[in-house]
Amino acid sequence: MISDGNGTLYMASLFRKFTAGLALMVLLAPPLAARDTAYEAPRGPDGERPDLNGIWQALNTANYDIERHLARHSMQLREGPHGPLPAVDLLKLGAVGAVPPGLGVVEGGRLPYKPEALEKKRENAANWLDRDPEVKCYLPGVPRATYMPHPFRITQSHEGIMIMYQYANAVREIYMEDVGPAPVDSWMGQSVGHWEGDTLVVEVTGLNDQTWFDRAGNHHSDQMKVTERYTPMGPNHLHYQATIEDPQTFTRAWTMSMPLYRRMEPDARLLDFRCVEFVEELLYGEWRRKPLPRP
Amino acid sequence: MKTSVISLLGIIAAALSTGSVADDIPRTPQGRPDFSGTYDVATLTPLQRPEMFGDNLVLDPKEAARIAEEERKLLEEDLKPSDPNRQAPPQGGDGSTGAAGNVGGYNAFWVERGEGAFEIGGEFRTSIIIDPADGRFPEMTPTGRKALMERRRFYRENTGEAWWLETDGPGPYDDPELRPLGERCLLGFGSTAGPPMLPVLYNNTKRIVQTEDIVTILVEMNHDARIVRMNAEHAPEDQRFWLGDSIGWWDGDELVIDTTNFRDETGLSGATRDLHVVERFRYNDAGQVIYSFTVEDPNVWSEPWSGEYPWPRTDDRMFEYACHEGNYALGGVLRGARLLEQETREAEAADPAASE
Repeated sequence: MISDGNGTLYMASLFRKFTAGLALMVLLAPPLAARDTAYEAPRGPDGERPDLNGIWQALNTANYDIERHLARHSMQLREGPHGPLPAVDLLKLGAVGAVPPGLGVVEGGRLPYKPEALEKKRENAANWLDRDPEVKCYLPGVPRATYMPHPFRITQSHEGIMIMYQYANAVREIYMEDVGPAPVDSWMGQSVGHWEGDTLVVEVTGLNDQTWFDRAGNHHSDQMKVTERYTPMGPNHLHYQATIEDPQTFTRAWTMSMPLYRRMEPDARLLDFRCVEFVEELLYGEWRRKPLPRP
Repeated sequence: MKTSVISLLGIIAAALSTGSVADDIPRTPQGRPDFSGTYDVATLTPLQRPEMFGDNLVLDPKEAARIAEEERKLLEEDLKPSDPNRQAPPQGGDGSTGAAGNVGGYNAFWVERGEGAFEIGGEFRTSIIIDPADGRFPEMTPTGRKALMERRRFYRENTGEAWWLETDGPGPYDDPELRPLGERCLLGFGSTAGPPMLPVLYNNTKRIVQTEDIVTILVEMNHDARIVRMNAEHAPEDQRFWLGDSIGWWDGDELVIDTTNFRDETGLSGATRDLHVVERFRYNDAGQVIYSFTVEDPNVWSEPWSGEYPWPRTDDRMFEYACHEGNYALGGVLRGARLLEQETREAEAADPAASE
């Protein structure tokens, strides 16, 4: 169970117990039940809806593996004499290349893969370095953009909502009206939002099948629909939930959830992480006029 | 609640007291001029004025009609279905002008550069630049001129031969880092995200989402969101950004954006890390959103230069411009150069005398 730990440090103990219990309820019970009695967020620029403006970031290991997992040697493994060891290409990273443990963000702990999709997940993991789109600085898709180890900014005005991610300067607009089906598949999909009480609900469709959920090879098809829910849980954290429907890949719909924390630094801002320049040597280096040696 | 009503009244009072602009412009709930919306900034009016127009900023309506008609005919011709039985273009190109080495390149399906010259307050314009008076870049500094000459020498037209083998220094296709930022998918080309944000060949959609604290300007190429921090201070001098560091404030009913802290590479071609751009958004009496800017870079231009053009609203939505994810071209450019080099070396080996 991921508690909302730091956020409650400054609150009275009674309230602390209450919110801890609340977090438990949110993760275990249908979220709607908790929300009615929950925190009353300040109103946003339209004077009516809660204010989601700010710079937010997940604080978990979901980008390594959204499923519950123990720490392991590396993001890509091979068999050793006494169990798994890092794949050769990652060996020199040592402890830096190890996967930190995580409670997982998937409700129920495990993904309900169809057998052939589970097989593909295993292949992905075995070939992680070649296959993970993050390695090549490709756009992260939804929901992965949310829990990349980078902050993102929500700009919510009186007439529109935009989410900008530091990772790869990914961005998406949340259309607050029916815009019809997505005209074409894309990396970040088409996002259409509406409010349910104080929860911003965003339905994301038109996603391509090129993005992953994490560095563990968890994947989806272009039939995926993601329904996200952003709910203020305190002045400085949101509850994030994403329900995944993809009958091509999974036997049933499943849900991930996690808190999102406000970046509290007074000068917090999105900085540049245009990782394109960081992968040019990887993608194009062999075609330099004078290629650098690659021992 | 009480506080916000009082501050709202204060803002309205401040807005009314300037009294300079029509009060029927769209306003935010906080009383600011509201520039929220989606825009298509494509125009056939060029940044620099064609010399034939001299100091004439205004384009004759007949001339404007002729330009629009010419473009319409061009598009009509280009939009005809291609002959499915056509042959591959000749080696080295078909001799036509255009992108992609004259081997076909873009047709009208891709190009969206506007249907005519823009007009402001009913007058067609000959250029975006309004200062200097001739609508052209001001005199360059000696340093700026020298850098431009070096760039031109280095990035000469592709002749299909590895000419750079005959020079001492590097060639323009040696490394990905030597290719233009647009080709590398690091920024859109032609200063589309700027600043200053200029119209380009295609993908001219912009989206503004505006709050009291942050104005975001999403630029279609390459999904670049400019984040303008309102009433803030610039970042420390050593913090540098691909799009610069933008802060904003209100000057009456004009939104002012001040951008510094650029990297060595800027979206505006030829500029340097000392670039300073001041942009303004305003509504004119005709209800148009007018985007104007002043560019300063003491390393390049002897004086500042300024321009303006309207941002027309569009009902279209923005497509995702995922540039890097489909960038097969950059690797192809580098591999092509290696092949040319190989051909040259093989020709020299076969006939050493010919290369002398």
